[in-house]
Amino acid sequence: MTRLPVKKTYKLYIGGGFSRSESGRTYEAEGQNVARASRKDARDAVRAARGAQTKWASATAYNRGQVLYRLAEMVEARVAEFAELCSGRDEVERSIDRIVWYAGWADKLPQVLGGSNPVAGPYFNFTVPEPTGVVAVLAPDEPPLLGLVTRVLPPLVGGNAVVAVASEARPLAAIELAEGLATSDVPGGVVNLLTGRHAELAPVLTSHMDVNAIDIGGANGDASELERLAADNVKRVVHGRADVQSPWEIAAFLELKTVWHPMGQ
Amino acid sequence: MGGGLGDRALRSPHAFLRDKSGARVAELDKTHSEVGVPGDWTYASAPESRDIVHIRDRYGYYVGGEWLEPAETYETIAPRDEEPLAAIGQATPEDVGRAVVAAREAFADGWSSLPGSERAKYLFRIARILQERSREFAVLESLNGGKPIKESRDVDLPLAAAHFFYYAGWADKLEYAFPNRRPRPVGVAGQIIPWNFPLLMLAWKIAPALACGNTVVLKPAETTPLTALLFCDVLRQAELPAGVVNIVTGDGRTGVALVEHEDVDKIAFTGSTDVGKAIQRQVAGTGKKLTLELGGKAANIVFDDAALDQAVEGIVNGIYFNQGHVCCAGSRLFVQESIYEPLVAKLERRLATLRIGDPLDKNTDVGAINSAAQLEKIRELVASGVEEGAEIYQPPCILPEKGYWFVPTVFTNVAQSYRIAQEEIFGPVLSVLTFRTPEEAVEKANNTPYGLSAGVWTEKGSRILWMAQQLRAGVVWANTYNRFDPGSPFGGYKESGFGREGGRHGLEPYLEFDE
Amino acid sequence: MAQAPALPAGFELPLEARLPRIGAVDAVALEERAASLAKRSIKRDAKVWALLLAIRTTDLTTLEGADTPGKVAAVASKARRPDPADPSLPSCAAVCVYPNLVPAVRERVAGTSVKVAAVATGFPSGQYPTAIKVADVRATVELGADEIDMVIDRGAFLSGRYAKVYDEIVQVKEACGDAHLKVILETGELGTYDNVRRATLLSIAAGADFVKTSTGKISPAATLPVALCMLEAIRDVYEETGRRVGFKAAGGIRQAKQAVQHLVLVHETLGPAWLTPELYRLGASSLLNDILMQLRKERTGAYQSGDYFTLD
Repeated sequence: MTRLPVKKTYKLYIGGGFSRSESGRTYEAEGQNVARASRKDARDAVRAARGAQTKWASATAYNRGQVLYRLAEMVEARVAEFAELCSGRDEVERSIDRIVWYAGWADKLPQVLGGSNPVAGPYFNFTVPEPTGVVAVLAPDEPPLLGLVTRVLPPLVGGNAVVAVASEARPLAAIELAEGLATSDVPGGVVNLLTGRHAELAPVLTSHMDVNAIDIGGANGDASELERLAADNVKRVVHGRADVQSPWEIAAFLELKTVWHPMGQ
Repeated sequence: MGGGLGDRALRSPHAFLRDKSGARVAELDKTHSEVGVPGDWTYASAPESRDIVHIRDRYGYYVGGEWLEPAETYETIAPRDEEPLAAIGQATPEDVGRAVVAAREAFADGWSSLPGSERAKYLFRIARILQERSREFAVLESLNGGKPIKESRDVDLPLAAAHFFYYAGWADKLEYAFPNRRPRPVGVAGQIIPWNFPLLMLAWKIAPALACGNTVVLKPAETTPLTALLFCDVLRQAELPAGVVNIVTGDGRTGVALVEHEDVDKIAFTGSTDVGKAIQRQVAGTGKKLTLELGGKAANIVFDDAALDQAVEGIVNGIYFNQGHVCCAGSRLFVQESIYEPLVAKLERRLATLRIGDPLDKNTDVGAINSAAQLEKIRELVASGVEEGAEIYQPPCILPEKGYWFVPTVFTNVAQSYRIAQEEIFGPVLSVLTFRTPEEAVEKANNTPYGLSAGVWTEKGSRILWMAQQLRAGVVWANTYNRFDPGSPFGGYKESGFGREGGRHGLEPYLEFDE
Repeated sequence: MAQAPALPAGFELPLEARLPRIGAVDAVALEERAASLAKRSIKRDAKVWALLLAIRTTDLTTLEGADTPGKVAAVASKARRPDPADPSLPSCAAVCVYPNLVPAVRERVAGTSVKVAAVATGFPSGQYPTAIKVADVRATVELGADEIDMVIDRGAFLSGRYAKVYDEIVQVKEACGDAHLKVILETGELGTYDNVRRATLLSIAAGADFVKTSTGKISPAATLPVALCMLEAIRDVYEETGRRVGFKAAGGIRQAKQAVQHLVLVHETLGPAWLTPELYRLGASSLLNDILMQLRKERTGAYQSGDYFTLD
């Protein structure tokens, strides 16, 4: 007689904890019942992200790099599980390598993106990149794991806190990643993962006044309405591609701060 | 030998000084009146001659290197005395369309494929001509905009020329600006600029756009079109190919037509946050690139160890420079409570020495308010400050009878919740608030939807760097304020907009990348 | 003699509520402010007014080892009547010389408003024992000086022995009796504006009637930012205590235009009350002729030649 396996309850990942949707709703995806996040869940996720962002941003760049490298370690340890939830081992390995690649950027960004500026006067003037704040990400449907990693890591490594909505059709890899996050050293609230309907969650996040930037690369259908909503608080709108790797992807979620100081005796 | 100054001063806390001074002052006053010295030294007026500028009666649009005749015009005036200066075209969507076509043709016909080194030389030419004709431009800027001639002469014009010089040098070095990316121009840029620094904002917009190989349709502000129109003559002298830069004038309707035009690839806007949001909505779904440089409500934070007299200069420069018509103006002054009284006393005394009057007088510190509408807005907000319970200080001064004027104003006893502490006034009005600790200063400074700029005044190095890190603003001036340079990126956080102008970063909005 | 102790750290803090805070000076902003005031455009009547004031506030100076009674008498005559061709012009405020030459000047300016000022206290270095400096002052006053221009001990100041500087000024002030005391900081040797401000306040606290920038023997001397820095300290003292301290800019002011810039600085920093010889002085020698040429140019409309103005 074969043993009946214990099935997992697929929950949302908000503020470092796993919870069902406050609405009690689920939807069926990949043969499982997955939490269908509500407006309020999205709000809670943004609140958790805001609460965690300052501390994440003020961690040393070296520390952020190590924490993200640790995340790669956690995913590596679950390669088999992840492989079943996406296109296979290759996608998982590429995702791991991408996390490692971005982890290494944490302590190099200011050198590549910032610098000192020669101004015509007795002033020292320098420009540094800083996180824009809370970033919402609509992850692309495909590839389910690599697409999510590709979109979440750039804002994350720059010091932002992220609220990501997983692939609507294939959310299980995202939930698996949440479990990896929970066991890594990424502080609770720095990454929040929602599952549910993009059409329902995207307008909530796009119009949320406490979200500073939104990546609508994974929005299904016409994004113009989302872009319109984003204007309410002058959100930075990014159309992220599902498979790209570049420091300029990070730069899209950074602000540049320029500081002046006189030089005198 | 013992004691030293400490003991001595404590033993006789200035009884010596005060006794002595009482007698001397009385004696001095006597001598003073006997000699018969005039009571005050009134500077004779030192007007800059306006003869250097020739203003035409009527201006059309500069499109494809030609002047297009407008169907409808409005009058542009001098805010110092409401003198009508010229009839200005109110461009229709069709006019804007012609300008975009001209820009597209110039883009396709060679400008975008011209070697960067050649584009650079056009920009260098423009910079030189601006320097050569700077006095003419400065006078026109002050006449049409109301800003003091010493500012247009010493700030606007040198910086405008410097911007063209700076970006000229980038034109043939773009591949070094963005490692591992292959830059190419975006196409036709639609640029809408404000009335506070008309020519300087034009330079901020046009210089990087051209350096990157784009062509431009620029709309100057409704109230201050004249220097942009005179700039067309610089383009003629520089022999810039026709259509590379096109200027259309008009009010907000013209701006809407430009933003909505299908063949515009990029919109760059500097102006109010409300209009910026409207533009962001208009552009939604079109794929146009967008940069916004919007409003601000900057905190200028003074700690008790600051160099006070220089801080006062910085405060004055921060809010009364250009009549406070500055998006990054230090309009919220946060003073550490321990120096509140001496600082406010110094500030108010300094205010009384500001010379308000004719923008063309070389000794004028504060000029005319740009327009009747802006004056009305300032008055309304100032009235709200009085009504909400803030204490108002305005130095005594005589304002000219004609024109638009507002006395430099300081509000004390201001609460965070008052409108004057929250809304951008865009006028010579300062709100003074207090704080006790650095943390409190940061919290209050950041407690706003804006994030354009901030100021910090302290002699303590580590605190400067900590404050600079904590403040959510795109520009932080430490122990200085309102400094600008073409090499220094400028732009906001949050609702103050996105994108940077100036520096290497200022190229990015005008480039696409083949990665 | 035991070294005077450096002041305790408390010197940095307000000694009591009415003493102005020592505070700091930001060099870049100070220089920018001075430069912006230098751009004031002073024309026509306002310019003539300023030039006349410049004459009235000038301490016409000669401080040479080669000075003789004959030389200083000539300078004194020039101070009395700067331009023999124009008797309507006012006299200078004072003639400033070395102590030995005080009697010769005294004799020439007797019965006029022109004061006799003399440098003392081991001018220009000040590197002498305090007792000798005090004796120097007493002797100079006895010779008939109305005003004493002393130098502070920069060596003591720069090594942090502020109390020694302070005590010396107090003793000199006492030795001055009724003579007015101008305290020379020699700002060109102080290195920073912070030091200039500190030395200004120290001198005022010790009893200076005037604070003065320089000896004229060191460059830079009376630059506009240095003057502004000292004027701001004087203003702080006035606001805190009500006491008006005079200011003398000396050294390097050779052109009428510079003099006007200095007067603008005073006007906009301390106000019209300080625009009087009782509270403001310009220490100069060749400046006077440049002013005279400017005034005649204003009157006649023609640019002038030095040949038409006496050297002294």
